[in-house]
Amino acid sequence: MGIEIGHFALISALIISVVQMVVPYYGVLKSDLRLMELAAPAAVFQFALLFISFLTLVYAYITSDFTVENVFRNSHSTKPLIYKLSGVWGNHEGSMLLWLLILSSFSAAVAVYGRNLPISMKATVLSVQSSIAFAFALFIIFTSNPFVRISPAPYDGKGLNPILQDPALALHPPLLYLGYVGFSLAFSFAVAALLEKRTDAAWARWVRPWTLIAWIFLTLGIAIGSWWAYYELGWGGWWFWDPVENASLMPWLSGTALLHSALVMEKRAALKVWTILLAILTFSLSLLGTFLVRSGILSSVHAFAVDPERGIFILLIIIVFTGGSLALFAIRSGSISDNGLFAPISREGSLILNNVLLTVSCGVILIGTLYPLAYETISGGDKLSVGAPYFDLVFGSLMAPLLIALPLGPFLTWKRGDVIAASQRLLFTGLITMLTIVMVAALVQRGPWLAPVGFSLGIWVMSGAVQELFFRVNMGKTSLNNSLKRLMGLPRSMCGTSIAHFGVGLMVLGIVATSAYRAENILIMKTGDQTKVAGHRLVFRKVQQQNGPNYNSLVGYFDVYWSDSKVATLNPSKRTYNVSSQTTTEAGIHASLFGDVYVVLGDAQKTNGFTVRIYFNPFVRFIWIGALVMSLGGLISLSDRRFRIGAPQRSRNTKLVLSE
Amino acid sequence: MSGSKKILRFISAHMALLVALLMVTIGFLSAEAVEPDEVIEDPRLELRARNLSAELRCLVCQNQSINDSNAPVARDLRLLVRERIILGDSDAAVIDYLVARYGEFILLRPRFGWHTLLLWISPLLLLVFGLLLVGFVVSKQKKSSKNVASNTRAHSLSASEQQRLERLLSSDRHLF
Repeated sequence: MGIEIGHFALISALIISVVQMVVPYYGVLKSDLRLMELAAPAAVFQFALLFISFLTLVYAYITSDFTVENVFRNSHSTKPLIYKLSGVWGNHEGSMLLWLLILSSFSAAVAVYGRNLPISMKATVLSVQSSIAFAFALFIIFTSNPFVRISPAPYDGKGLNPILQDPALALHPPLLYLGYVGFSLAFSFAVAALLEKRTDAAWARWVRPWTLIAWIFLTLGIAIGSWWAYYELGWGGWWFWDPVENASLMPWLSGTALLHSALVMEKRAALKVWTILLAILTFSLSLLGTFLVRSGILSSVHAFAVDPERGIFILLIIIVFTGGSLALFAIRSGSISDNGLFAPISREGSLILNNVLLTVSCGVILIGTLYPLAYETISGGDKLSVGAPYFDLVFGSLMAPLLIALPLGPFLTWKRGDVIAASQRLLFTGLITMLTIVMVAALVQRGPWLAPVGFSLGIWVMSGAVQELFFRVNMGKTSLNNSLKRLMGLPRSMCGTSIAHFGVGLMVLGIVATSAYRAENILIMKTGDQTKVAGHRLVFRKVQQQNGPNYNSLVGYFDVYWSDSKVATLNPSKRTYNVSSQTTTEAGIHASLFGDVYVVLGDAQKTNGFTVRIYFNPFVRFIWIGALVMSLGGLISLSDRRFRIGAPQRSRNTKLVLSE
Repeated sequence: MSGSKKILRFISAHMALLVALLMVTIGFLSAEAVEPDEVIEDPRLELRARNLSAELRCLVCQNQSINDSNAPVARDLRLLVRERIILGDSDAAVIDYLVARYGEFILLRPRFGWHTLLLWISPLLLLVFGLLLVGFVVSKQKKSSKNVASNTRAHSLSASEQQRLERLLSSDRHLF
């Protein structure tokens, strides 16, 4: 009867979500404190119920309970344990349940940690949050129920899609959902602010840590997805502007804009209307992402969780939540008064530029992603593609000014800045950047002519971030000891900013280097043959049949030599899975900071050899290290004192440092 | 002793790698699927084929270019592109030829025209709109805040009051 416990818990959670949605807000309207106080325990209870529900499903997967249809369709008794576990969210129904669980965990987190929120604000936020939970619980129970039984029970399951049988599956979807769903709190706070007519610096300070948490998770989730697509063949490499990749990038871009605009709102009480709109849009884009993946209306490599019928339900959810909140915004935003006067050249001005460029690039991706669909509908069947060459061009030209302006922003003062003074402080960084352009252009004769400039943009951003930190601690102008002391006393959010910006620079470096200077060698090799790529010598030693837990594979053995010493043996392979007889290709990768040697074993030739593809991807690791560093910056910023104490007060620390 | 030597060797080996890597002369776009027997001997022609292929969609795939797809259709298209290039077609002629055969769907970067006007000008349009909006809001604020400022001048803090306030604000740093 095990699985019925989960089913029962899910339905109970639906009922609790109605209570949590209605009662606390009714209390707010009637100024009834007791009703408002119901919100927090309800949120925790809802989370507990969904947790039980989810655990039940996990248990059914681990024990291979094939009387459950969802387990039968997506699991197999011979599958390794880790894939039985991660297979829970490797399918539509299970991943929606995880989605809902994460949503309620954010509600519970606000219930527990949001102690210094005013009670009416907290009640409203949890009420809005629960309305989202209600919609998705309804969606799961009526269209995507993972707890449905089948009878008679089949002998064994159908197995998980082989391409998903990878350790990254354990991390990629949960992290992405933590990011997507985390933005629901920004949304709930925005709607609560409109309902409560409370939009002040304190509000911005409550929202920022939650947005930051969501942003950190989304950054990590996208990065792991990119890394996975890089080593798994057939997914177009680390990024290829697939609609579903775009769907995750859009909330990331607007979420990044939101982080920066909330900063202006917190520090200067300006950009209120815009920040609230951005909070609504960011979560709406997350919902849109969910819709695009689930509905399958756009052709994408993520087509394993598709069902058009369900797409319509999600579309309805988007219409209700986005439409409703935008209507509320239209009614109430007129009464929000923005103050905080500032000159165009100022910290505020630079953050606005950041917002304009991030939002425009987000809008461009939205239009580019949906354009083929709209065109096909309007023209009556004519088809059009919008792919990587378009996005590279347009997105690249919008990011370039952003990256050029990025190091200048933190050097400008609030209200009125001096761009000349800021540039002078960045003189050293400017010199390094120029030097890099010349060096790269001189050393690398061919390749796209813009590549050295792009490469040095990364250096510009990285060096700018370091220089900002040096400037804040008076490095060089006072003793090293003093500087270190000041570094320890610096607000964490300031260190976090510098570190995150440094990560952006690293990522730019990786992207440009690997796109422009990739080396390749495609050839037919017999065992015993050797070849070279980018200074590495590769010897094809042998091929061997090997059996995995639930697949057979043909494994190649390649020894990699660097200046006559062996640095690695790579084992690219082709796998054939027992259950579905599907094949996957696994690359052999020798990773190092300077670049990866990437070997793919291709088809066997009639003449006793194999097609072998060897690449050298310079600095490719920097893409993901950059993302990690960005998340680390976010994490450090999150530990800032003023988020922990949470009390709505102007930040004096920052002011002190700035005024010196 | 040996430790420092090791580090030195590590650095020099990696410096050499760095230089080697910067020396590699590559202009090819990534090609995940190109087979050895497809490659044209003349590297300049092959480079043209690669650059063209990156713009062409594998018709049965999901957004993959024919460079990256190992579907049979993609291989046929790769061979076709190379055949046209060897026959002496210009890049534009190859594209025209393929569009005439397979429709504009094959282009990953749609052509500029009435039907793609919105797609191509929307980035500029959005950017101009965003900047205008910012300019408009800022100028409106300036006006309204001037009025507010003239009304509230009488109530603003004197210099000594301002100083005291700053001192108070900065001193309760130690309260936490």
